[in-house]
Amino acid sequence: MTLQSALQIALTLLIGALISIPVGRYLARVVTERKTFLDPVCDRIDNLIYVLVGKRVCSEAMSWKAYTLHMLTTNLFMAVIVYLVLVFQDHLPLNPLHFAGVEPVLAFNTAVSFITNTDWQAYGGETTLSILSQMAAITFPMFTSAATGFVIAMAFIRAFTVKSGGADIGNFYRDLIRFTTRVLVPLAFVLAILLIQQGEPQTLDATVTARTIQGAEQTIALGPVGSFETIKHLGTNGGGFFNANAAHPYENPTPITNVVQALLMIILPASIVLCFGEMIGNRRQGWVLYGVMGALLLVFLPITIASEQAGTPTLVNAGIETTPTLVQPGGNMEGKEVRFGIAQSGLFATVTTSFTTGSADSMHDSFTPLGALALFVGMMLQCIFGGKGVGFLAALSYGIIAVFVAGLMVGRTPEFLGKKIEKAEIILVSLVLLIHPLVILAPTGWSVVAPYGLASMANAGPHGYSEVLYAFSSSAANNGSAFAGLNANTPWYNWATAFVILIGRYPPIIFMMGVAGSIARKPFTPATTATLRTDTATFGLFWFATILIVGALTFFPALVLGPVAEFFAMKSGQVF
Amino acid sequence: MAPRREAASKFGPLGGEFRGVSAAGAYTPDLFWQAFKGSLAKFDPRVQIRNPVMFVVWVGTLVTLALTIQPDLFGPTSASHLYNGVVTIILALTVWFANFAEALAEGRGKAKATALRQTRLNLVAKRMLEDGREETVPATQLRIGDIVRVEQNDLLPADGTVVEGIAYVNESAITGESAPVLKEAGTDIFSAVTAGTKIVSDWLLIRVTANAGDSFLDRMIRLVEGAKRQKTPNEIALTVLLSILTLIFLIVVAAIAPVAVYLNARINVADLVALLVALIPTTIGALLSAIGIAAIDRTMRFNVLATSGRAVEAAGDVQTLILDKTGTITIGDRQVTEFIPVAGQTRKTVIQVAFLASYFDTTPEGRSVVAISIARGAEPIPGLDQASGLDFSAATRMSGLDFPDGRTVRKGAVGAVVQAVKDKFGREAPSDLQAVADSVSRKGATPLAVSMDGDILGVVVLSDVLKPGIRERMQELRKMAIRTVMVTGDNPITAQTIAAEAGVDDFIAEVTPEEKLNLVCREQSEGRLVAMTGDGTNDAPALAQADVGLAMHSGTTAAKEAANLIDLDSDPTKLTDLVAIGKQMLITRGALTTFSIANDVAKYFAIIPAMFIVALPGLAALDIMGLATPHSAILSALIFNALIIPMLIPLALRGVRFRVETAEALFYRSLWIYGVGGLIAPFIGIKAIDLMIAPLL
Repeated sequence: MTLQSALQIALTLLIGALISIPVGRYLARVVTERKTFLDPVCDRIDNLIYVLVGKRVCSEAMSWKAYTLHMLTTNLFMAVIVYLVLVFQDHLPLNPLHFAGVEPVLAFNTAVSFITNTDWQAYGGETTLSILSQMAAITFPMFTSAATGFVIAMAFIRAFTVKSGGADIGNFYRDLIRFTTRVLVPLAFVLAILLIQQGEPQTLDATVTARTIQGAEQTIALGPVGSFETIKHLGTNGGGFFNANAAHPYENPTPITNVVQALLMIILPASIVLCFGEMIGNRRQGWVLYGVMGALLLVFLPITIASEQAGTPTLVNAGIETTPTLVQPGGNMEGKEVRFGIAQSGLFATVTTSFTTGSADSMHDSFTPLGALALFVGMMLQCIFGGKGVGFLAALSYGIIAVFVAGLMVGRTPEFLGKKIEKAEIILVSLVLLIHPLVILAPTGWSVVAPYGLASMANAGPHGYSEVLYAFSSSAANNGSAFAGLNANTPWYNWATAFVILIGRYPPIIFMMGVAGSIARKPFTPATTATLRTDTATFGLFWFATILIVGALTFFPALVLGPVAEFFAMKSGQVF
Repeated sequence: MAPRREAASKFGPLGGEFRGVSAAGAYTPDLFWQAFKGSLAKFDPRVQIRNPVMFVVWVGTLVTLALTIQPDLFGPTSASHLYNGVVTIILALTVWFANFAEALAEGRGKAKATALRQTRLNLVAKRMLEDGREETVPATQLRIGDIVRVEQNDLLPADGTVVEGIAYVNESAITGESAPVLKEAGTDIFSAVTAGTKIVSDWLLIRVTANAGDSFLDRMIRLVEGAKRQKTPNEIALTVLLSILTLIFLIVVAAIAPVAVYLNARINVADLVALLVALIPTTIGALLSAIGIAAIDRTMRFNVLATSGRAVEAAGDVQTLILDKTGTITIGDRQVTEFIPVAGQTRKTVIQVAFLASYFDTTPEGRSVVAISIARGAEPIPGLDQASGLDFSAATRMSGLDFPDGRTVRKGAVGAVVQAVKDKFGREAPSDLQAVADSVSRKGATPLAVSMDGDILGVVVLSDVLKPGIRERMQELRKMAIRTVMVTGDNPITAQTIAAEAGVDDFIAEVTPEEKLNLVCREQSEGRLVAMTGDGTNDAPALAQADVGLAMHSGTTAAKEAANLIDLDSDPTKLTDLVAIGKQMLITRGALTTFSIANDVAKYFAIIPAMFIVALPGLAALDIMGLATPHSAILSALIFNALIIPMLIPLALRGVRFRVETAEALFYRSLWIYGVGGLIAPFIGIKAIDLMIAPLL
């Protein structure tokens, strides 16, 4: 890696970190309903929406059960709309290429995938979806799924700020509306204009016809791409307008859009952590968690980039230059765009898996085994910042386990932020930790022995296993990126990934909301010198170790049999 | 029973550490033998299922046992009968070590229960019939309300209240304290007697207050035996966490099987079982219940009876401690601390007259005046024996005596003595008396005036005397971040003086029993865990409400029933030791959990490469310990996993040491020892075992 690309990466991360500070504070102001500069405009819009939805339902205080139930029914309602739009797109307007209605199982998979912020795609966008479907069935849930994850995290944080055993943790609709009108829509609007300026199309035309140098006519797919791309990254969604996702020149025309889109993925998940510190009135605590997540990112990002730069023995033996020079990037460039190179592709891939976005500007299937290992880890831990809200919750679930064990080690019934961590919380949090490996390892195991699972695999041996493992990790982590090579548009994978997505998304949210409900009811215990402080570097280290050890221990055998086995095989010259 | 003083002395000075009382009660060979027998009985699956982690090991043992008999039970395999047999033996040993740890922890309680039961066995009662005759019946036939008579050398047949008589009772069978205690009728505290204790003088008539089977002795037997032992809330939470971790590892290990099929790697099912057992938190799973039982056992050796493990656990969590002034912070009664002359009299005169005035005064305060004035030179005078005493009464607020020759001496409340002198002799009080009395009151002490005939000679100062070492105890509590609140019926001035001297954080004066209850509730509503000590019947509601209610054995039955801890030595300052025991219990659990999970890293590196050595030879690079053979690698990890349990039994029974220091410092040290240590130790241990067993394979 050249110094230039190292600086590029460092600068990108630094900018992301710097932006997350004011954004985190702004988020806290929005959630706690303090004054913001957008109030004069947004208050009017919000009030109008409140009237439309029903003033009472938008203002009543909700218990965790009511909050969760409203979230679930709203999600279900939107999923049905998305499903119907997809299935009946041939009867709906804005279908200039006259695509047929989407096949029901695929439509089910897609609806589930986009409503849950996963954006796993078993279809190619430009060859399957009408313009209306791209807007109403894809772009629309990109806003609401991001907002859903966010408000759940906020309700969870609120539980810790309820001082005297109240049970109310906010109002779902009010949170959802305020976050959408004050954060997502304004940010997406402004940034879309930037991306369009950089060359992303924004049109209702489906194609443009170009005459090639040879004189042939070529039809190039178009559409409202700019608006799609902003919320795709801002909301850590990740589904592509085109099949090639962010490697497509219209989705990611320039190195600038590549950096901006990486930053867009980073900003909100990082800001949520600082927003957490603001809301509980302890910025240090926010920074400790930020440090834990940042440290994890800094452990795995260099692994990917270094491994990609080192290339493979096959490349070296073929006499290909792997060290970068000013005229060529070196390393393993298979599946990467020359306009991004090793560093930008490695950064984008690590960020897209760590922040569980799922957008891809390179083919993860073509990554070297160790380069891919880091991508797996991002999705398996799902809290290296993680997806909108849910990444934060995953980190908190590890944090609560860490608090419990650490609290015991100082001889107290463990407390976190002044609330006791007891049986109820431990049961629910342990279940959250149980679900993730269950929905990844069980279907992967099934797929590699079932004939209909094996039929979709393009490669044999550990690499083939990695493809399947990646598909289910990506689904479970609400990531959505794919290890190419696996044909996922089969009944088995469509059904299996859809269920993995659902189980990977909603039960953990419900359990964590249960934790919030239990926490909110507890009295606030004043801290003393015998209380274990959780806003210290020592506890941060323990939190870090808990995530790494509990998370990594769970997936150690799977990773060893996939990427690690492939790595050692590759070293001995064996390919799959 | 270990004498309390020995135990208490283990509680070091400031910043010292709590070592518990391990030296006070060594584990005898007999206890080991009993534990050995008990551990075998615990192989019963109905017992095993209560501990999910060890139950999985137990089921794994059965699976490998089946594979020992029929190695290709689940398909073709390279594993031999012998190899599977060795795995089975190690797994069975793992379960047995866990059983043994629990049985050993239970042993001491069982031994004590047996001794107590022996006491109960031979109790007979002389029941009084309505016509005044006595009949001898077995104690088991006594019912509440029966009147029994006990005489010198009798054992009390039942719990009861003294209705008549006065006698010394030796309560060592219950408390371990051999100095006899005076029991008499009509007082709240001194009239309660306990079954199994022995009358050493005189006789008593007792009204039975507990049916056979419900006596304190029966309760004690049940408690020490652990028949009613229930898991504490924190223990349940930890069990849940460990169970779900076990479930996660079950999924992880089960998921290896299909991948192995896919990769054409022939793996041995016994190896999968071995991997599972190595990964699940067996170390803490095996020792968890022993830790809890041992903590209760430690409280018992501090001569405190815990009605549940919950109380011990809560003790470690206490944030506010409510202490009754009398009997806790001060020795029960006030004592003379000074004699101040007035009107130009000498101190010697005041001492002498105070002695005379108190000569017949049998109140504790009166006794103290006599003792201290003699120590300061007062002496009996002729004619004293013929003098007639005047008892203190609430009406006169004076005591004293009248000599046959008409001289009178008086001692009493300043106002009362001034009034009496005025009424009888028409004399005014000395001009400096009021100033002296006021200054004494301001310091929180009680002034008593002494007079001879018409002259008021001086003031006797009565003050509360702090128990020795109370300041240090209060400082220790503060270091443990426990707020101490003293409650007293005294006026605010007196209370403030004592509070400052003792170093308590807060005090509440002129407290009524209802206010004690309110105080407990208020602290709890602010999110604090409250401990309270008490001995009177009117303390019972507050004791019951407190998270930790420590009743004195010398206290009333009502108090003892309301409390969840009963101090058989009646030394309330022992709460600091209980706090330490409670914390030790939690710290030990946390430390071993961390250790257990950190161990897994090394076990993975031992077992995974070994399992796939044929199908994925490249993975040999992960064998960073350089273990001899695949079989030796797996067996070494498994043997380490089993042996670590007995190696940690002493730690589980004794508890991780607890120092009075900040949570931060405690955490930091535990993290190094059990976290980092837990990561490194198995790498060394597994390698060492591998070096030893490899030549044998």
